[in-house]
Amino acid sequence: MPKENSEYLIERYDNVYEVVIGLEVHAQVTSNSKLFSSSSTKFGAEPNTQVSLVDAAFPGMLPVINEYCVKQAIKTGIGLKAQINKRSVFDRKNYFYADLPQGYQISQFKYPIVGEGTVTLDMPNGQKEVGIERLHLEQDAGKSIHDMDPQNTFVDLNRSGVALMEIVSKPDLRTPDEVSAYIKKLRSIMRYLGTCDGNMQEGSLRADVNVSVRLKDSKELGTRCEIKNVNSIKFMQMAIDYEANRQVDLIEEGKSIDQETRLFDTKKNETRSMRSKEDAHDYRYFPDPDLLPLEVTDEFIDNLKKDIPELPDDKKKRFIDEFKVSPYEATILVSDIETAKYFEEVVAKMGKNQDIKLAVNWITGELFAVLNNKNLEISQSPISAKNLAKLVNLIKNGTISGKIAKTIFELMMDGDKDPQIIVEEKGLKQESDPKALEALIDKIINDNREKAIEYKNGKEKLFGFFVGQAMKVSGGKANPQLINEILKKKL
Amino acid sequence: MSDITSQSLTSLVKNIKEKKLSSEEITKAFVDRSEKSKELNSYITEDFSNAIDKSKKFDEKPNLDLKLPGIPMAVKDLFCTKDIRTTAGSKILENFVPTYESTVTQNIWNEGAILLGKLNCDEFAMGSSNETSFYGNVQNPIDRGLVPGGSSGGSAAAVSGQLTPITIGTDTGGSIRQPASFTGTVGLKPTYGSCSRYGIVAFASSLDQAGPMSQNVEDCALLQEVISTYDNKDSTSIDFNRGQYSKDLTKDIKGKKIGIPKEYRVEGMPKEIEELWKKGIEYAKDCGAEIIDISLPNTSYALPTYYIVAPAEASSNLARYDGVKYGFRAKGENLIDMYEKTRSEGFGAEVQRRIMIGTYVLSSGYYDAYYLKAQKVRKLIKNDFDEAYKKVDAILTPSTPSSAFKIGEKKNDPVSMYLNDIFTVPVNLAGLPAISIPAGLDAAGYPLGLQIIGKAFQEQEILNLAYAMEDKINFKNKITDWWIK
Amino acid sequence: MSIDLKTIKHISKLSRISVDEQKAEKLAGDLNSIFKFIEKLNELNTDKVEPLTSVAETTLKFRSDEVKNQNIREQIIKNSPEDNEDFFVVPKVVE
Repeated sequence: MPKENSEYLIERYDNVYEVVIGLEVHAQVTSNSKLFSSSSTKFGAEPNTQVSLVDAAFPGMLPVINEYCVKQAIKTGIGLKAQINKRSVFDRKNYFYADLPQGYQISQFKYPIVGEGTVTLDMPNGQKEVGIERLHLEQDAGKSIHDMDPQNTFVDLNRSGVALMEIVSKPDLRTPDEVSAYIKKLRSIMRYLGTCDGNMQEGSLRADVNVSVRLKDSKELGTRCEIKNVNSIKFMQMAIDYEANRQVDLIEEGKSIDQETRLFDTKKNETRSMRSKEDAHDYRYFPDPDLLPLEVTDEFIDNLKKDIPELPDDKKKRFIDEFKVSPYEATILVSDIETAKYFEEVVAKMGKNQDIKLAVNWITGELFAVLNNKNLEISQSPISAKNLAKLVNLIKNGTISGKIAKTIFELMMDGDKDPQIIVEEKGLKQESDPKALEALIDKIINDNREKAIEYKNGKEKLFGFFVGQAMKVSGGKANPQLINEILKKKL
Repeated sequence: MSDITSQSLTSLVKNIKEKKLSSEEITKAFVDRSEKSKELNSYITEDFSNAIDKSKKFDEKPNLDLKLPGIPMAVKDLFCTKDIRTTAGSKILENFVPTYESTVTQNIWNEGAILLGKLNCDEFAMGSSNETSFYGNVQNPIDRGLVPGGSSGGSAAAVSGQLTPITIGTDTGGSIRQPASFTGTVGLKPTYGSCSRYGIVAFASSLDQAGPMSQNVEDCALLQEVISTYDNKDSTSIDFNRGQYSKDLTKDIKGKKIGIPKEYRVEGMPKEIEELWKKGIEYAKDCGAEIIDISLPNTSYALPTYYIVAPAEASSNLARYDGVKYGFRAKGENLIDMYEKTRSEGFGAEVQRRIMIGTYVLSSGYYDAYYLKAQKVRKLIKNDFDEAYKKVDAILTPSTPSSAFKIGEKKNDPVSMYLNDIFTVPVNLAGLPAISIPAGLDAAGYPLGLQIIGKAFQEQEILNLAYAMEDKINFKNKITDWWIK
Repeated sequence: MSIDLKTIKHISKLSRISVDEQKAEKLAGDLNSIFKFIEKLNELNTDKVEPLTSVAETTLKFRSDEVKNQNIREQIIKNSPEDNEDFFVVPKVVE
C-alpha cells in the first residue's frame, strides 16, 4: 500500500488511474430505547432479551417514533453543517432476511431528515472539504449467527430496530488516508455531540465503501462496487486497495466492471461478490403507511442548536488562538472529545505560570504511549488530568528534571498517585543548587583529567561523558540545564 | 331462552342493569344458540366454557356502571385476543396464540363484555364473500347457499343469525358495510384514525379501520363509543374530541343537507338498487333533510386505485409471515426454500394473488406508473369529497351493487368479485366514516343496504341520519333459523 | 401491458412465494385481467397532482426515550416453530 497520502494513484504501463471513494456510514444513535419501540439498546445483553412484540414484528404491531432519536439526527446534521429538512418521510425498504422480522426495514428514501453538508479534514498537505449528500434515520437489523450449527442459522433480534443514522458522503474521497481521516472526523463530531459513541468494535459504527476508478484526468465516474459492512478503518483501507486494483486490472484487460455488492474477506484480504442478494436492489420503496410524515419546527431545531457544544473545528481554532498550540498539535488534541477535555483540564489545573507546550508533549507523548500499550481510552487513563498537571508544573518550576519526571510518571500509574508526594517520599527533588553542582562537577573533572584534556583538544563527543558522570554521581537528580552550563564553563 | 338472543344489545344491557337478566343467563343463551349453529360456520374458535365461567364471575360481583356489563360478544378473527388463538382466516396463523390484546378488544373487555369466540373471515381480510377463508365458507343466515359478504362474513352472519348480540369487524374496502348489507344488519366504518389499529392483523395500513356490526343503529352507536379511543401505540390514531355517540343519538335531522352523487348511478345497475336508493331519498326528505345533487367526478377510478394501493400495502404487511418467528413453517432445504414453501402453502390463492399484484406495482420500473399514480388519483378522490362537503353534510348511496349472491358464483372471476366494493371503496380511500343500514329487500327477498357517508370525524352526524332513516324504513330482518340443529 | 410468465416468476421470487408452471400460468391469466381493469387509471392526467401521503391530516407524534419493555424472551420465542429457548432458528442461507 502506498505510503504517500497526497496522491493515491494506480499505474499500469501508460495509464494512470485515480480512485474515487464514497462512504455510507451507519452510526448507531446513542439513545436508551429503539427508534420505533421502547426496548433497550444496551450492548451485550443475552440473546433476544431486548426484543419487544413490535421488534419481532408480531401481527398487529405498529411503530411509534422516539423523539430523542430525531433530535440526535438533527444535532448530527447541525454538526455536519448540513441542511435540516423540516419535513421528512419514512419509507419501507422491502426485502427478506432472517434477521429482518418485518420483511422490510423502515428507512428514509426520498425525503431524508438531513440534506447536504460538509466535513473538513485536516490532511498533512492541507485541509480538504468532503461533501455530505444526506443523513437519514433507519432501523438496524438483528444478528444472524451462522457458526453455531452446521445446518442452521441462529437469529438474535436484540439489535433489530435500534436507531441508525446513515450518513452518505459525496464521492469526494480519493485516498485510503482520506478515508481514515473522514471516518475519524465523523466519529469525533458525533462523540462531541453525544449522538453516537463511535465504538467500531461494538458495531456502533460501520461503513459501506463505494469504490470506482477512472483515468486520472477523466471527469466521468467509473462503475462503482459497494463493499458492505466494513467495521474497521484498517479493513476499509485494505478493501479499497484490493478493490481499486481489481477494477484497474479488469479495465486493463478490456473487461467491464459489473456494478455489484461485495464483501471484504478479512482472512484472505480480498473482496468478493455477495451471492445471496440477487434481487436485493429491488427494494420497492414506498412511504410507510403506519407512519405519518415527520415535521419539525424552526423552534425545535433552534432549541437543539443551543445544545450544540463547541465542535472540533472551532475547538481547534480556539486551542491555537488561546493556548498557542500548533495546528498539528491542535488537530491531535481535538480529534477526540475526551482528549480535548483532558487537555483543557490539565491546562486549568496547571494554574498560572503554565507550560502548555510541555503539557501537550506529555499528553501526546508519554500518556498516549501508555494508553496505546494498555489499550485504554483516555477516559480510562490511570493518571488523572489533575495529577498530570501537577507533574508538568513540577518540571516547569525546576523541582524535577524531565528525566526524573519519566520515572515519577511510571510510579504515578499505580493508583494515580500524587507526583508531589512521590517526589517527597522518594527524595527525587532535583539538585539545582549551583554551588553544590559546581562542587560535584569539579570533583568529576578532577577524577577524569585525561578526558578533560582530550575534550579541550577537540574531542567534543566527550561532553556527553561528563554529563553522564554528573548524572551518575548525583543519582540522576542533577538539574541537567545547570550541569550543561557549568560543564561548559569549566571545561 | 331464544327470547334472549333475539334482543338487541341495548335491550340486553338495560335488562342486566335492571337485574332482570344475569350475565350467565345471557351468555348461556348465546352459547347454546351458537352451538346449534355450526352449519353457518361463523366461528373459527369457540371459547364457550371460558365465557360461561367469566359470566358467572361477573354475576358474583357485577359492575353495572360499565357500558357492556357481562355482555357476551364474539369478534372477528382479525383482532389479536390474548391467549385465544387468532388466525386471520389463514393457515399460516393456524396455531398462533397472541400473548397480547388489541386495543379495540381491550376497550370492549374493559367495559365488561365477555369473549364468546373468534369469527370467520376472508383470509387476511381479502375478499368480499368469506370464500377465501382457510376455515371454510360461511353461510348467510338469510338463505342457505348464500354468501354473507366479506371480509367480515362470519361477523355479519353471527349478528344476523343472533349468535352474538353485536360484534366488531374491520373494513378496508367495504368489509363491514358490504356484509352488513348482505345480511340485513348495520355496519359502521369509522373515520380513519378513529379506532386504534394496534393489535389488528394488518391488511392495508392506510385503509383498515375497525367498526361495530350490529342489529340496529342504537347498538352501533353504543359500541362505537366503547371502541373509539386515541391510542399512542398507533401512530395513525387521531386525538380528536370523540362524543358520546349513544347519548347524543337523535332522530332530529331537520335541515341536514344530503348529497346524491350522480356518478354512483353506474351502468348496468340493477333496477332494484335504483329503486331502493330513490326510496331512501324519499325517507330522508320525510325526516326533514334537504336533498342536493352532487358530483364526485373521479368515482369510477376508485376501484382501480384501491386495487393498486391495498395490494401494495398488503404485500409489505404480509412479508412478516415468513415462518421464522411464529405461525406455520414448511420444511425447506435452505432459507429461501423455506420462505417460498411456507408462504406458498400457508397463504391461499387470493392472498397470493394480491401479494403478487402489490409486489408488481411497487417494483422497479412500475412504481411511478402504478403506485404513485394511484396515490395521486386517491388525492383527486379525496378532493371530490372535500368539495362536495362544502355543500352537504352527508352523502347517500346504495351500499352494494346487488344483494347477496350464491356461494361459488363469483369465485373464479376475481374482477367480478372486486366489483362488489364499487360503492364502498371510495370511502376508505378518502378516510371518511360511513354506515350501512338495511333498507329493503330485492325480488328474491334478500336484504339491500343504503350507505350514508359523512365528513371526517362526524360519526355522530351519520349515526343520527341512520337512526332517523332506520325508524322510517322500519326494516325487519326475517330470520327463519333454517340452520339450527 | 401484458404480464408474461417471466414476470410472474420474477415477482414470485421477490415475494418469496413458489410457483410451478401451472400455477404461474393461472396467475398470469388472473393478473392480466386484473391489470386490464386497473389500467383505467391511465385515462386520468395526474401530472399536476400531489400524491396523497396519508388521509390522517396530522403529523407524527413523538414517544419519549424511556425503556419500557422488560425481557419478554419467553413470550417472543414461544410461538416459534423450533425448540430453542434463546434464539430463532432457521435453515442456512445457501452460500
